[in-house]
Amino acid sequence: MIEIVGLRKTYGDTVAVDSIDLEVRDGEVMALLGPSGCGKTTTLQLLAGFLAPDAGEIRVGGRPLSSPHSVVPPERRNMSLIFQSYAVWPHKTVRENVAFGLHVRKLPRQEIRERVLRILDTVRLDLLADRYPDELSGGQQQRVALARALVVEPEILLLDEPLSNLDANLREEMRFEIRRLHDATGITMVYVTHDQGEAMVIADRVAVMNHGRLEQVAPPEEVYERPTTRFVASFIGRTNVLVYEPSRLEVAQAPVSPGKHVVCIRPHEVLLDEPPNGRCNRLAGRVVRTAYLGETRDFEVELDSGERLRILAPPSTRRTLGEQVEVFLPVQSCRVVSE
Amino acid sequence: MPAVAWRQQAGWVVWIAAALVLLLLVLVPLAWLALSSFQDPTTGALTLRNYVSTFSKRIYLEPVLNSFKLAVAVAAIAVLVGTPLAWVVSRTDMPGRRLIRPLVLAAFVTPSFLGANAWIFLAAPNSGWLNRIWLALFGGEHGPFNVFSLPGATFVIALYSIPYTFTLVSGTLELMSSELEDAATTLGSGTWRTTWQVTLPLALPAILSGFLLSFLEALELFGPPAFLLIPARQQVMTTQLYLFFSQFPPQLEVAAAYAMPLLLVTICLLFFQRRILGRRRFVTVTGKGGVRRLTRLGTWRWPALGLALIPPALSVILPYGALLLVSLEHVWGNGPFAPGNLTGYWYRWAILDNATTREAIVHSLEYSAGAATIAVVVATLVAYMVVRRMVPLTSLLGFTAMAPFVVPGIVLAIGFFAAYSHPPILLYGTAGILIAAYSTRFLPIAFSNASGILRGINVDLENAARTLGAGRIHTLLSVTVPLLRTGLLTGWLLVFIPALRELSASVFLFTPRTQVVTTVIFDFSDAGNYEAVSTMGVLMMLITLLIVVVAYRFIGREVTRAR
Repeated sequence: MIEIVGLRKTYGDTVAVDSIDLEVRDGEVMALLGPSGCGKTTTLQLLAGFLAPDAGEIRVGGRPLSSPHSVVPPERRNMSLIFQSYAVWPHKTVRENVAFGLHVRKLPRQEIRERVLRILDTVRLDLLADRYPDELSGGQQQRVALARALVVEPEILLLDEPLSNLDANLREEMRFEIRRLHDATGITMVYVTHDQGEAMVIADRVAVMNHGRLEQVAPPEEVYERPTTRFVASFIGRTNVLVYEPSRLEVAQAPVSPGKHVVCIRPHEVLLDEPPNGRCNRLAGRVVRTAYLGETRDFEVELDSGERLRILAPPSTRRTLGEQVEVFLPVQSCRVVSE
Repeated sequence: MPAVAWRQQAGWVVWIAAALVLLLLVLVPLAWLALSSFQDPTTGALTLRNYVSTFSKRIYLEPVLNSFKLAVAVAAIAVLVGTPLAWVVSRTDMPGRRLIRPLVLAAFVTPSFLGANAWIFLAAPNSGWLNRIWLALFGGEHGPFNVFSLPGATFVIALYSIPYTFTLVSGTLELMSSELEDAATTLGSGTWRTTWQVTLPLALPAILSGFLLSFLEALELFGPPAFLLIPARQQVMTTQLYLFFSQFPPQLEVAAAYAMPLLLVTICLLFFQRRILGRRRFVTVTGKGGVRRLTRLGTWRWPALGLALIPPALSVILPYGALLLVSLEHVWGNGPFAPGNLTGYWYRWAILDNATTREAIVHSLEYSAGAATIAVVVATLVAYMVVRRMVPLTSLLGFTAMAPFVVPGIVLAIGFFAAYSHPPILLYGTAGILIAAYSTRFLPIAFSNASGILRGINVDLENAARTLGAGRIHTLLSVTVPLLRTGLLTGWLLVFIPALRELSASVFLFTPRTQVVTTVIFDFSDAGNYEAVSTMGVLMMLITLLIVVVAYRFIGREVTRAR
C-alpha cells in the first residue's frame, strides 16, 4: 500500500503540490487526473524519488521512502516508471533495453534471457527483439518501455502520461493494453494523465487534482455522477453551473458542509419538454443559440436570471432562435457541489 | 546491504574528485597568482612593492602603451577588412565567393606565430623576399618592408584576426532576411543607402563583438610579438612578462603583479562583449521567415573578387608557400634555384636524425592527448553536475570551469608556476605541469561542449535507468556516455588541437626534458634556424590535419552505425 501523508512541494513561491493525502491500495490502479500544471507530474516525481518533498511523507508497505530529511534514491525503490517520452534508449536494441534492469540486478544469464523473452511475448514484441528503437513505431516503442518497466517485477508501476505522444487510434488501443497488463500482473499502478477518458478506462479510482490539491478521490462512475466540487464536475465531462438558491432550485441532496455552493447539471440532463414523471425544476428563458450536431441538437438558453444553460436535446427537438422557452431540470440531476 | 552502500560511496568519490581536480586546475593557480603579486620576493611578506616597482617605471609602462596601440590597430584593421569581406561573400553575387570562405577558415586554423615566422621570410628588412623583389624592381639600398616592428607585428596579427569578424558578421548577415532590407528599398532607399542604414546597423553587434575579440586576442597574444617584437626591442605586455620570467632568477612576483591589469582588462571586455550580444533589441535577426537575395555588383563583380582575395593571399597562400619553400631548402638564404638546394633534408632531420625534435613531436602528441582526456573527463562530470543540478551551488562549479576563458595563456602559466613549482605539489619540470596547464586553458571549450550536448539529452533516458535500479555512475556509464560518444570525441579534438599548438603557456612551463613542438619552434626561431622552424611548423599542421581527417572518418562511421 502506498501512503501519502501531507505531501508538499514548492518551487520558490509557487506551490506545486499542496498538502496531499492519498492512499493507493495493493493491486489498485490509481489515476492522477488534472489539467497541466495541477501538480500531478510533480506528485509522480516525488513518488519515484527524483524530488524531495518540502513536507509530508511517502510510505510504501509501512516503509518510509520520502520525507524532507531523507529520500530513498529512485534506484532503490523497486518502482518502475513509464515516461511520456518513452525514454527507450536509442543505442540499445529492444532486447538490450528490456534486459537492462535484470543485468543491474545481476541475475544469471539464462534467467535474464527467459524473462526477457516472456515479457516480450506478453507485450507482443517477440519478433522485434533485435531491432533498434528507431526502427519501431511509436506504439511499439511504448510497449518496449512497458516491457522494460515490468520485467524487473517492480512493486509499483508509475506511468507519466504514457499515451500522450501516440495518435488517437493507437491511444485507444493502448488504454486497453495497459489495463490488460494490469489484470495479468496485478501490479499496483499510479497513472498520471490529463485525459479523463484514459483515466476512466484504466483506473480503479481517480484522484482529480487542481492547483496542487486533491479535489476528489473516487471510482470513475462516482467522479462523473457525484462530483463533489465545481472543478471536478466541469473537468470530467461538460456541465452547467447555476447559483444555488434553495428557494429557486430543488436539489437531489441539500449540502451538509458549510461554504459556498453551486448547482451542476449536465447538458444532456436538461430537458426542453416536460418529462412524464419525476420532479423537475421549471425555469424560463430564451434561446440564444442553436446548432444541429447530427446525433443531438445543441441549444444555449439564457435564463431570466441572466445565467446561461447549455442543453443537448434529441435532434427532433425544434426551437427557433429568440423563442421564449421553458426548461426542465430533473431534481435528481441537480447536484450541489462546493464552489 | 554493504555492497550497495559501498557502490553509493564510490559514486560520491567520483563527483568529489571531479570537483577537486577542477579546484586544483583553476582556482589554486589563480589564487597563487593573486597571492604572489602581493608577496615580497625574498621574505614572502605581503607588500604592494611589486605593483609600485613595475607601474612606476617608464620602461615597464611603455609595453602597456604598446600593447594597447597594437590591440586597437589590430582590431580596427580586422573589422575594416573583415566586415566588407563578410558582406561580399554572403550577400553579393561576387564570382568565386565560395572560394573565400575555406581560405578564411584556413587562416583561422593557422597559428598566428607560424604566420609571423612566414612573414619573417617574406618581409625581414634585408633578406625578406618581398624586399628583395622590390630592390630588384626599383633599386635602392633598403626594402620598404620591416616585419620586425610594431607596424609589422600589427599587420601580421591583424591578418589572423580577420576571421573572427568575418565569421561573426557573415553569420549574422546570413540569418538576416532580405525583407528587412526590402522594407527600406520599397520606401525609396537605394542599395547603398539601405546597406548603410539597415544592413550594417543590424550587423553592428557582430561587428562590435569581432572588434572586441580581435582586441583581446591581440592584447593576450604572445607568439607573434615574441617572434617579431623581441628582436625589435619594442616590448608589449606579454613579451615584457616573458622577459621578467626568463631572467635568472625569474621575477615571479613582479610578473604576477604585471599580469593583473591584463587579467582585469580581459575580464571586463569579455563581460562587455556578452552584454552586447545579450541585448534583446538585436534579436530581430532570427533564422526565420525570410529569403535572402543577393546584391548585384554589376561591373564591380571582378574587381571585388580581386580585393577579396588579398586577405587570404596574405594570410594563407603567401605564408604557406614561404613555409613550404623554406622547409624544402637546405639553406634558405641561397634561394630555391641554387643547385642542390631543394631537398627533403630538414624533414628527415626533424623526424629521424634529431633527438630533440623527434622527442618534441612525441611529447606534443602525448601531452595534448593527456590534456584532452583530462579536460573532457572533468568537464563532462562537472557539466553533468551543473546541467542535472545534482548539488546546490552547481552554477558556481560551471562558472569555475568557464573561468580560464578570461585568463590569457601567459597569465595562466605564471599562476601554474607560482602554484606548482614548490611543495606540496611540485609539478614544475615534469610533463604534469604542461598537461595540467593545457587542460585548464582549454577546459572552457570542453565544458561548453559537454554541457551543450548534455542539455540535448532527455533526462528521462537517464531516469529510466535509475528507476530500473542503476545508480548515478552506472547510469552515466551505460546510458549517458554511449549517447554522448560522438559529442565527447568532438570535445576531445577541440581540446587536443589547440593544445598541440599551444605556445604562450608552454614557453613558460617547459624544461629541456619536456620540449614540445611549439617550444622547439620558439627556440629555433630565436637561434635563427628558420629551415627547422618551417619544417616543424609544416609538420605540426600536417599532424593536425591528419588527426582531424582520421577522427572525422571515425565519427562519420559512428554516426552512420548508430543511425
